[in-house]
Amino acid sequence: MLSDKDRMFTNLYGQHDWRLAGARARGDWDGTAEIIAKGRDAIVSEMKASGLRGRGGAGFPTGVKWSFMPKGDGPLPHYLVINGDESEPGTCKDREILRHEPHKLIESALIASFAMGAHAAYIYIRGEFYNEARHLQYAIDEAYEAGLIGRNAAGSGWDFDFYIHRGAGAYICGEETALIESLEGKKGQPRMKPPFPAGCGLYGCPTTVNNVESIASASTILRRGAAWFSGLGRPNNAGTKLMAISGHVNTPCVFEEELGVPLRDIIEIHGGGVRGGWDNLLAVIPGGCSVPLLPKSVCETVLMDYDSLRENKTSLGTACMIVMDKSTDIIQAIARFSQFYKHESCGQCTPCREGTGWLMRVMKRMVEGRAEIEEIDMLEQVTRQIEGHTICALGDAAAWPVQGLIRHFRPVMEQRIRDYKARLGGAGTVQVPHGVPVAAE
Amino acid sequence: MVRVIVDGTPVEVAAGSSALQACEAAGKEIPRFCYHERLSVAGNCRMCLVEVVRAPKPVASCGFPVSDGMEIRTDTETVRRARRAVMEFLLINHPLDCPICDQGGECDLQDQAYGYGSGISRYHEEKRAVTNKDLGPLVKTVMTRCIQCTRCVRFCTEVAGTPELGGISRGENLEISTYVEKALTSELSGNLIDICPVGALTSKPGAFQARPWEMKKADSIDVTDALGTNTVVQVRGGEVKRIVPRVNDEVNEEWLSDKGRFSVDGLKRRRLDRPWVRVHGKRQAVSWQDAFVAIAKRLEGVPGNRIGAIAGDLCDAESLTALRDLMESLGSANLDCRQDGAAYDLSDRSRYTFASGVTGIDEADALLIIGAAPRHDAPVLNARIRKRYLSLGRGKFPIGVIGPQPSDTTWSYEALGEGPDVLASLYDGSHPFCEALRTAEKPMIILGHGALVREDSLAIQAAVRHIAETTGVVKDGWNGLNILHTAASRVAALDLGFVPGQGGRSMRGMLSSGVDVLWLLGADEFPVGGISPETFVIYQGSHGDAAAARADVILPGAAWTEKDGTYVNTEGRVQQAFRAVFPPGEAREDWRIIRAFSEVIDHRLPFDTAEELRARMARINPVFVGGAPASVSQPPFAGSETIMTDRPFRLSRQSYYLTNPVSRASETMAECARVYSVPAAIAAE
Repeated sequence: MLSDKDRMFTNLYGQHDWRLAGARARGDWDGTAEIIAKGRDAIVSEMKASGLRGRGGAGFPTGVKWSFMPKGDGPLPHYLVINGDESEPGTCKDREILRHEPHKLIESALIASFAMGAHAAYIYIRGEFYNEARHLQYAIDEAYEAGLIGRNAAGSGWDFDFYIHRGAGAYICGEETALIESLEGKKGQPRMKPPFPAGCGLYGCPTTVNNVESIASASTILRRGAAWFSGLGRPNNAGTKLMAISGHVNTPCVFEEELGVPLRDIIEIHGGGVRGGWDNLLAVIPGGCSVPLLPKSVCETVLMDYDSLRENKTSLGTACMIVMDKSTDIIQAIARFSQFYKHESCGQCTPCREGTGWLMRVMKRMVEGRAEIEEIDMLEQVTRQIEGHTICALGDAAAWPVQGLIRHFRPVMEQRIRDYKARLGGAGTVQVPHGVPVAAE
Repeated sequence: MVRVIVDGTPVEVAAGSSALQACEAAGKEIPRFCYHERLSVAGNCRMCLVEVVRAPKPVASCGFPVSDGMEIRTDTETVRRARRAVMEFLLINHPLDCPICDQGGECDLQDQAYGYGSGISRYHEEKRAVTNKDLGPLVKTVMTRCIQCTRCVRFCTEVAGTPELGGISRGENLEISTYVEKALTSELSGNLIDICPVGALTSKPGAFQARPWEMKKADSIDVTDALGTNTVVQVRGGEVKRIVPRVNDEVNEEWLSDKGRFSVDGLKRRRLDRPWVRVHGKRQAVSWQDAFVAIAKRLEGVPGNRIGAIAGDLCDAESLTALRDLMESLGSANLDCRQDGAAYDLSDRSRYTFASGVTGIDEADALLIIGAAPRHDAPVLNARIRKRYLSLGRGKFPIGVIGPQPSDTTWSYEALGEGPDVLASLYDGSHPFCEALRTAEKPMIILGHGALVREDSLAIQAAVRHIAETTGVVKDGWNGLNILHTAASRVAALDLGFVPGQGGRSMRGMLSSGVDVLWLLGADEFPVGGISPETFVIYQGSHGDAAAARADVILPGAAWTEKDGTYVNTEGRVQQAFRAVFPPGEAREDWRIIRAFSEVIDHRLPFDTAEELRARMARINPVFVGGAPASVSQPPFAGSETIMTDRPFRLSRQSYYLTNPVSRASETMAECARVYSVPAAIAAE
């Protein structure tokens, strides 16, 4: 459990002033110039040593990512792009940073930009985050006025500009290359990789795209030292992380916690326990909606960090868990996700464009039980056909929840089908509502 | 070079190649839909997935760069399963209406489903349907068949330079659309039909006409502009059904202009299919013999200098040679191929051709266009200018335009002025654009017919040559002073000396009682009304157009698809077209008509076969057998000493779709002209 002295986001709940004066009182903008004076290489190696892994979901080490930026002065400008397009269902951690800790983000963006040779940072904020964008803009204006950013930012000798770009409501724009496309004014469709953004990103220039939380952590890590940060959590899963808990718990909330804490403790302590007691738990989706769910049996023992969840065939994702108790129709819950992915697929590459619609339609029948038991296997195969064959990870994200459902709740699905057949006396064929055209067998 | 191992076979490919190119170098065929050699890489169909050793998942080979020692596997179970998966996804929402699809037989989806398709369908949900889009008179859409490969979007954006197509909506609702429904404005839109891998974009005029496997094919050359696009004429049942481009990287890459592709129906309409003779003012159908006798009678006693011949824009070199020799034997020097009245500097072949060659555009780094509208004159050549413009990047390919300022170019340019007055400041080197030409390594000038069909044309050419020589456009190892022709027959005719001989009259001189007998070889683009009423007019050609209406004798000839012919394109490339069908009715190959007639008047031309005729052509000018060009000795044209006027350059007002007798006979082209008539031009009339 994280002690108060180790908290990074001390104004997570907005009880204190989020403006410059309040942020300074909490330690932001303290000695920024000295941190920058350590030099680019020192900052990057400190970040590497801290073991901070990307907080957006993929968990790629942040320091290593920064080190991919070309060294020295090339002909092209470098850019830092901050991914504030937090659209993952069940996830609302970056939002708290944007509205209550904007200066932590701006200061960290300055340091990060310096560390990668960028003079400009763009933040792509989810369009629905209107008030958050206003808070951030207010903070940016304050920082410019105080000389903290702009020419010779914070007296460091580094010129730095910070721009807000507001999205228009597409989930796919949270994918880093789609975000770059959207930022350039194009349709938000992911790019092929390679080339990676560090070589050819925004406007064809070297670019690093980081999650809001990853960036916002940088200033505190550099101020308190890599050793402090890596001392928290477990090996290879260092530090603290913003997490959230939503769904069928008594006190849904966003909170900061050390990585590697048992999932059950988190639900009990931060979430105030599952509605109706622990035994009423059905399943937990540990990070957003893009990862396979965990049944209660696994939830008993699993730790909340990258590696422990990976061992249990799921993923930390954004660490914003969705808790479902036994009143949940788990098939319908996952079917709703399938609908979400079908709606949010950009339509660029074949497996995702065609596959997400297929998944959704079959899942909707599964909710009713209007299917054949063999179709569960087919559904599983379709998810395997999408997974790993697409340009970006949205295809994977669409496939995983369904795979998790089939892995852990196959008996429920089969029972649903049998019940349907029993109720309607269906024979061996697929039941289709009256009037719906059916493709020939 | 990079060494890559493909399925155990080591191959060497250029650094920066894609995995797909490496696989092809190793002789492995990689299925693909979205990838096209001449378009940017999209990587969205996912059909070309291969396994790269040490990569965590299959990669799209079309966009994956090779690295030294990379090991690619194209034939593993993972790869096969991935491709089968993609194929299944592509087919679930595809209508599978192959029996009624015009793409059937040449459909990539069909072909690859043969290899990767599943025998049964596992998809029992409702299929997606997409409303069809009206893209104008040429391209028919069946959008439900679309597999969203975006080749068409990339073609329009990159090659055609008319970014009118795009994808709207997302996910499975993604549709290819023009946003606001409109007709595509590109003169290259027919190529969309070729690059579409499925039957989503097919030919509207050619819908439901024939199946690809029924076609007999003959290699041909497009004569609707002077680029000499290589084509394949496809025939079913003695009828030309369609014309598609043939790959020739040095001329047309793999594109064909809409006029060359869709004029096909003009080959069947308004045809001259039997000889006619005007008797007492009324035209009568006659036999060949009677027609020849009628001409012979009229020629009796007419001195050679009162006989003239004008050649049209679509003639093959063979018929030009035959007519030239016939006129020579009749003692006439009144020959002209320049229906538009253009004047050329004939002292050297490079001075009346596209001297740098069409591929020279790929090297040029500055361009001055004088009195030409490449998009109108030769759309495929214009696409090459755009390709160069895009590959050099913003601001790296300065283009200056002198003449009417087109609003529809596919490259941005600097408007230097409207007329020859600008040439003066370019002449003395004071114009800022001179700097752009001088600093360029391979600067280019394209001189079009807007500057050539004037009285002061030779003065302009002399001035432009001076500009070219002083700015490095013409220098050792590089000749970038190019003439852009618009008539397919023109360069061949100039090579053959089909121009007024010593004391001969030019086209204008032959009109208004300059000659008593006028032989028109497919010539319709000159002011026919200017022919004096007393002149006896023989029209030899394929279509009943303006000149045929005036003619006293009509000799039915063959269109270019109906004869073996030699054509020389604007860059002086000699190309051979082959007969695809027989001429209709009594019509005959043109050179044979002239050869037959020569016998009637006892001036027997000394060739009986096409081979003998071609040998004769080679004697006139060795370029026809690949030799060094003969200089066409030429007396100075009247008016060559004129000085430049200030009158602005004018471009042809003709609609792009109606520039020759065949396209004027085509219903498709008429519809295009109606749809694409430029409102501004109408207002200016």
